[in-house]
Amino acid sequence: MSAAPQKTKSGAEQIEVTVSAVVPVNDLVTRFEFSRVDGQPFPTFSGGAHTVVIMNDDGRRRMNPYSLMSDPADTSTYAISVRRDDAGRGGSLFMHTQVKVGDVMTLSYPVNLFSLDLRARKNLFFAGGIGITPFLSMIAQLERMNGNWELHYSVRSADLGTYADDLKTKYPNNVHVYYDDQSQSIPLTDLLDGQPLGTNAYVCGPKGMIAWVHASAKEAGWPDAQVHSEEFTAPQPGKPFEVRLCKSDMTIKVGENESLLEALEREGVDAPFLCRGGACGQCETTVVSHDGEFIHRDHWLDDDQHASGTKIMPCVSRFVGASLLLDR
Amino acid sequence: MSKFQFPQSIKSRPVYGTLAPQPGKAHLMIADAEGAEALLDLAEQDSTIMAQAHIIFIPKGTDFSDKLRALSPAQFYEGPTYEASIQRIRHVLEHAHQGLQVYLAGTEGLMGQAQNEAMQAGIPHTSIQTEHRGSVARRMQCVHCKGITEDVLFDPFVCSHCGLNLFVRDHYSRRLAAYQGVCIDAEDPGNIPDPVELYS
Ligand code: FES
Repeated sequence: MSAAPQKTKSGAEQIEVTVSAVVPVNDLVTRFEFSRVDGQPFPTFSGGAHTVVIMNDDGRRRMNPYSLMSDPADTSTYAISVRRDDAGRGGSLFMHTQVKVGDVMTLSYPVNLFSLDLRARKNLFFAGGIGITPFLSMIAQLERMNGNWELHYSVRSADLGTYADDLKTKYPNNVHVYYDDQSQSIPLTDLLDGQPLGTNAYVCGPKGMIAWVHASAKEAGWPDAQVHSEEFTAPQPGKPFEVRLCKSDMTIKVGENESLLEALEREGVDAPFLCRGGACGQCETTVVSHDGEFIHRDHWLDDDQHASGTKIMPCVSRFVGASLLLDR
Repeated sequence: MSKFQFPQSIKSRPVYGTLAPQPGKAHLMIADAEGAEALLDLAEQDSTIMAQAHIIFIPKGTDFSDKLRALSPAQFYEGPTYEASIQRIRHVLEHAHQGLQVYLAGTEGLMGQAQNEAMQAGIPHTSIQTEHRGSVARRMQCVHCKGITEDVLFDPFVCSHCGLNLFVRDHYSRRLAAYQGVCIDAEDPGNIPDPVELYS
């Protein structure tokens, strides 16, 4: 095997890895650690980056994005933490039930859609549940730079507080954990008040929490550019639909349990992507004509673009109707 | 006084807007000369922000101070020049917190320099509001000697530091808060076009 990364046509370059550890963290979350098959160092990355894990689930290819939680400067290993989603499409279940130490898998090169603003005077982190993972690598990066940070972490209970105890032990002065089952919640309004000028806020967690932080910060007069969030949407199943592809000159069917992007890939169409979660914008595709309704689920296009019916993000969005013609 | 419409130009050239009240914990307003009128308009849109407002005003010979005082801002400071007001501006920014709104109004030179102070204090330039009023004179940096000439109204002009004849460009430096002036007769010394008033 050559040391050079394998380049597929779309997506980031890929790295062959061996699963070096599978560590249950609690009832819902398991950590997976990887080493490189070719023994080379991993590329360094910046805190907040994610990798797309490519799974071979009994012949079916699954590709899910996960935040890298390891120390960005440690090139000997990459680690991710996966929350089991029993109602999901099966990627996290596959990781939890099938992946064992010694398995060979493929990861994409890291891509960062949630990076630290290194101009920030102070970094204020808001995490909810499994949304803690990108902050773990950010914290490692900031600790090395002597950065100023503070974490406010909301968890369901002490048992499900992924890494909460580790973090509290390691950084007692920076980490604040709030337990849902003890009716504790992040005192957001107070925290947004009185922060030094040039503080940046970062939020990763459930949709509602992200919206809450953005809205509260806006109300408190924080600059938009200093409030960062990351949310990956998993593609949702939906009614099958047909798509006509102009450039490829073919008509394909998108099944109930696959995304439009996956259907394109299944048919051998080279469709661009990076995050596969509606966040990066890479898969943006022009709609030539349509007769029906879009189900937009991405965070990339704005409301006007969604309403215009001229663009679709195939990684997460779907369509219901009589006909859809894409410029692909 | 009607607002001057700057002609479309290159991307580097700053674009100014119209001040609008924004939610915030404190409001810092810095203006010179006719910029006061933009602050008066701002107060008309929402007078309640004045209770948390700090106005720093450089009259440059105008008599807007009393009108601004009548808005009853929490703090009002009148500075003889921008340079004399810098200490005050820095002090306010140093002690400010997230949620401070910054409103700049008046000449390009004032807005550019005050924006620079606010940016260095940690506010992204995209969140700093500006509104141009009054003189269209420019603050120019000579790209040769790096000296700054204030209030340039004619193109070309003579660098007040090195004496070169400079062509007034739209190329702007946010960091220097100045437009770039480039020697106009370098190839053919002495061949200098007649100075023309900017935008005439
Ligand atoms: S692949 Fe990132 S938005 Fe679709």
